[in-house]
Amino acid sequence: MTSESKESPRPPLIHCVDLWKVYRLGDIEVQALRGLNLSIQQGEFVAIMGSSGSGKSTLMNMLGCLDQPTSGHYWLNGIDIGQCRADELADIRNRQIGFVFQSFNLIPRTSALENAQLPLFYRGLPLREQRALAAAALERVGLKGRERHYPTQLSGGQQQRVAIARALVTTPSLLLADEPTGNLDTESSRDIMSILDGLNKEEGITIILVTHEPDIAAYASREIVIKDGQVLTDRRTRRPEPVPSERH
Amino acid sequence: MRAFFILTLITAVRILGRNRLRAGLTMLGIIIGVGAVIAMVSIGEGAKAAVQAQVASMGTNVIIVLPGSTTVSGVRGGQGGAVTLTVSDALELKKRLPLLKDTAWAKRDVLQIVNGNKNWNGTVNGISPSYLTIRDWFFVSGGAFTQADLDAAARVALVGQTVVENLFDPGEEPVGSVIRIKNVPFRVIGVLAPKGQSAQGSDQDDIIFIPFSTAERKVFGTQFLGSVGAIFAATERPDDLGAAVDQIRETLRVRHRLQGDQGDDFTIRTQVDIGKVQEGTSQTLTMMLLSIAAVSLLVGGIGIMNILLVSVTERTREIGVRMAVGAKRRHILMQFLIEAMTLSVIGGTVGIIAGVGGARLTTVIAGWPTIISSDTVVAAFLFSVVVGLFFGLYPANKAARLNPIDALRYE
Repeated sequence: MTSESKESPRPPLIHCVDLWKVYRLGDIEVQALRGLNLSIQQGEFVAIMGSSGSGKSTLMNMLGCLDQPTSGHYWLNGIDIGQCRADELADIRNRQIGFVFQSFNLIPRTSALENAQLPLFYRGLPLREQRALAAAALERVGLKGRERHYPTQLSGGQQQRVAIARALVTTPSLLLADEPTGNLDTESSRDIMSILDGLNKEEGITIILVTHEPDIAAYASREIVIKDGQVLTDRRTRRPEPVPSERH
Repeated sequence: MRAFFILTLITAVRILGRNRLRAGLTMLGIIIGVGAVIAMVSIGEGAKAAVQAQVASMGTNVIIVLPGSTTVSGVRGGQGGAVTLTVSDALELKKRLPLLKDTAWAKRDVLQIVNGNKNWNGTVNGISPSYLTIRDWFFVSGGAFTQADLDAAARVALVGQTVVENLFDPGEEPVGSVIRIKNVPFRVIGVLAPKGQSAQGSDQDDIIFIPFSTAERKVFGTQFLGSVGAIFAATERPDDLGAAVDQIRETLRVRHRLQGDQGDDFTIRTQVDIGKVQEGTSQTLTMMLLSIAAVSLLVGGIGIMNILLVSVTERTREIGVRMAVGAKRRHILMQFLIEAMTLSVIGGTVGIIAGVGGARLTTVIAGWPTIISSDTVVAAFLFSVVVGLFFGLYPANKAARLNPIDALRYE
């Protein structure tokens, strides 16, 4: 069940050991993660599945450095996330992680270009550089010529592509997609998935995808099912791993 | 960092521009507050300057000595009731004190004055000729009487504008005509230039001057010859005023044979004292109006705080997204502070324009003098910035302290 890669020639991108997350909702103690172990190599395309309440949202928040474990360790690129301060987490999110949400979460009444610019804005790059990189990212997702469009002037699929451009503008090592096609029709879903697939294959970006739909999960090369705050199953679904040492 | 500020400012302006009515109403408190501060201070400064000009018009180098009050069986008369000051006091002061340029004396009474079929009750002032130079009286026609007139107790009179208006027909030349004061005929030899209101608000032009000797012998009917209503002294320079006051007090105490523990039987006043009282009044008024303006700014600040709290709630998800893509707490804090300050700075600027406009309008409509000082404008502007900063801090901090997970999940 464990996918720890002790013999791996290079350290994994994500390495979780005995990860616990305990919430308190009033008097009730909720154990969202119960000693979860997980390792993901750079360049993997992982689908995480699980029923609601399984702890997969908590895991995603944890992997995205939006949250910190109650106990246990989460190393991202060798950094122990549990030891980081809020500002350090913000920096890690800014430089290493891209988010794609189910509901797009674009800033309303703000152009596609400015939305894609946002992470660079907080990185403090010069304005011209921000614009150039954001424009390139929009071109990468096939939105060249739509830079000035506002979210309301774009279709759902296009909005999600802006969100992907925003996620990849910083050239992150990890892209977290939380049901990215949940609000999209079949055709747009296919578009989005092929963009994500391309990013994974061509640019080696590690993608972790949460989904309920098996045909969306099928794009991934590894499928992890979470239940009761632990990894239930973890299996290769498609081709052999780009990192050959990965043990199943 | 510069890019951050520029973009945040642009964002703030854009967000406010989206809700123009809301932003405008929020700013209204600041606009009214700043406008009121500037208008009030301008009016106050204008009034102060006017008082100062009035004081200066009466001579900043003039000292007035009034007799003390009488005490009869414990009942104290009003100031000037006693006859403790005399002509010889005035002459002696001039002779003894080199600081004094000149001294004068006067005695006044309100009497009926008649010219033909017209009559008027005016203040008749028996004066020494030096009085006119000390108090800076000038003439529109005719001229002053002389020491010879005083010596001879001549029946000559100088009349003020108000008296002229009430005793003479329009166009009638007063100089050369004969008026009667208490049935004593006087020849008018000069018409005084108008002086307007005194610092106390009395009409300085409702006045007739006659020689002191004529007044006490032929008009007033004095009990004690040589007693005066007031002694006036002028110093060469206004700076000598304090020293001159002390010397006058010392000299008069010796002359009046007052013992060490006895109080003065006279009162010494200067125009500076009178001006100070006036300034004090206008300062009280200014302080009152300023506190009203401060309350208005406070209310305006609370308005800004309120609208920002609404904005933080409305944009919770946006804040979550910003945090997810790497915004630190200080970025979120700055964003909302800049928004608050944009509101207050725009409000302050509009308020300055409104205040300056209001002050100008006051001058045009009410004819009140106003002075708009750059200090006031700068202070009001800075104050509005501080209000924005202060009242923006709470909502901005609230936004910055949001948990990104909760913020992202917020519906």
